[in-house]
Amino acid sequence: MVPVLLIVSVIAFALLYVLPGDPAVAILGDSAGNQQTYLALRHDLGLDQPLSTQYLSWLGRVLQGDLGRSIRTNEAVSTVLLQRVPISVYLGAAGLVVGLVLGLSVAVVSALRPGSRIDSFGTLLAMGGVAIPSFWQALLLVYVFAVVLRWLPPSGFTSPFVDPLLSLRMLILPAIVLGTHSAAVIMRQGRSALMEVLEQDYVVTARAKGLGDSAVVARHAVKNAMIPLATVIGLQVGTLVSGAAITETVFAIPGVGRAAVDAIFFRDYPVLQGAVLILTLAVLLANLLTDVAYAYLDPRIRYR
Amino acid sequence: MNSVRARGAAGLTKPLLTSDDVSYERVWVQRPHHFWRRLLETRLVGTGLVVLTLVVVCALAAPLIAPYAPNEQDYLALTDPPSLAHPLGTDDIGRDVLSRIIYGSRVSLEVGLIAVGIALAVGVCFGLVAGYAGGPADDAIMRIVDAIQAFPNLILALAITAALGANIANAMLAIGFVAMPGIARLTRGQTLSVREREFVAAARACGATPLGILRLHILPNITAPIIVQATLLMGTAIVTEAALSFLGVGVQPPTPSWGAMLRTGSQYLEVAPWIGVASGAAIFVTVLAINFVGDGLRRALDPRLAGRQRQ
Repeated sequence: MVPVLLIVSVIAFALLYVLPGDPAVAILGDSAGNQQTYLALRHDLGLDQPLSTQYLSWLGRVLQGDLGRSIRTNEAVSTVLLQRVPISVYLGAAGLVVGLVLGLSVAVVSALRPGSRIDSFGTLLAMGGVAIPSFWQALLLVYVFAVVLRWLPPSGFTSPFVDPLLSLRMLILPAIVLGTHSAAVIMRQGRSALMEVLEQDYVVTARAKGLGDSAVVARHAVKNAMIPLATVIGLQVGTLVSGAAITETVFAIPGVGRAAVDAIFFRDYPVLQGAVLILTLAVLLANLLTDVAYAYLDPRIRYR
Repeated sequence: MNSVRARGAAGLTKPLLTSDDVSYERVWVQRPHHFWRRLLETRLVGTGLVVLTLVVVCALAAPLIAPYAPNEQDYLALTDPPSLAHPLGTDDIGRDVLSRIIYGSRVSLEVGLIAVGIALAVGVCFGLVAGYAGGPADDAIMRIVDAIQAFPNLILALAITAALGANIANAMLAIGFVAMPGIARLTRGQTLSVREREFVAAARACGATPLGILRLHILPNITAPIIVQATLLMGTAIVTEAALSFLGVGVQPPTPSWGAMLRTGSQYLEVAPWIGVASGAAIFVTVLAINFVGDGLRRALDPRLAGRQRQ
């Protein structure tokens, strides 16, 4: 994982330095005409150093949690982004819940009656869920539930600690949009994982002693099907993080993904770089946790 | 974390080790009837092919099909609802939505083909070298691939496009770059399994150069799974382009693009919902059709399924 992290840091660093335009000019704005201030600022920022030196000092600062300052607001990037992390986690968790509940329930129903009409419908649902562009789904849901029916607010965010009910109402549409893709993937993988387990001898035994569908699935099948599914669910975190950029933008939710998108438009590159780093770290962390969960779920696997 | 990928790869490669499966790998060349029959086994694939043909025809013959020029403005018909004159309504500056959707298919197909082309060109080379050379070259390439994959796809594509400059060429480059690791990983796995086969050893014994072996003996035998992956990737590329354009860093106005139209559509959702609904539907239907065809190709080309049918 360490070499991967190093390459990730190089790519993130490069992102800032292959950008067209000089950060010093960006900071100075119109006053960049003064050659002396310009050179002084370049020196202060370390831009006159060789790239390798710049990279190492940047890496040193990042490791100490210093992500630089926002060009637009001059706030510390780490402070700005850390305020937004809980919001993104809140939305991401909601999206994952939608994905799990919707995905697993359709998977169970489909796997129990393979080839039936319900199963075909589930397959179609999964294919649609994978193909639907999230921003279009968001637009349709907002149009139906916010514009026409006026049941839910079209966008915005409220902390659950301020107004739990409003917060929940505002969360419903974004969570559905964010969770749809994951739900579709979990449906497909869950169905095949469950069907494989349902063919096992111990399931046949369980059925032979007279257990009904629900007991077989709940007590014997789901737990074993979860082993291959754990990896799939872990990989969904990457999808959720990517999806968050779109979902947070469409629904005006002030999370990290939205910060990244905004930073692009304000040419606020330190914020963009910081957001990309945080989001990537989140994905790497999720992958690590998945490996751990995998070992926990399947006692046959032991990492040394 | 890689066990699903590993399982998938192992599942695909295992039957390759039997002696007579080459005909199944290249089934579309050697037994085209068999291939088409297997491909069209389900109705979904046929539907997908019909829809895709329609999209391609729209892209090629847009000026003949579209009722209006894509940028023709009618100032007396701003955000007009669907009518006989404008079957899908007009947008905020009086352009015909249907015509723009027909022209928009050009951008989507272009991006899909070129971005996937970039991913293939780089990814297949990386994968072949990593899989065949092994050792430090393999390690180096795969670490880079891992690192690129660690970034959330859309965020990386967004950042690269923004960094290089918001236009369609850079968007294609960014989408291709982000999609490359998947192709490289797949190619490497396939190469690893084919490299140990007798005909490769025979070629080596005859004095074939590594480049010759890769080109003549390995590449032709690993194309099937790569074609399947590339097909499905086209759908992803089209959605990613739409997402970039939706966020404003992809196709720039006034070029008609489905993603950019959705951007307008979301801004005028209350007064002109048809703009967003129609352009999004175009993306959805196209991607769905591509996925149908991709899944069909997988079924038709997967040696496991071909073997099962033979028994």
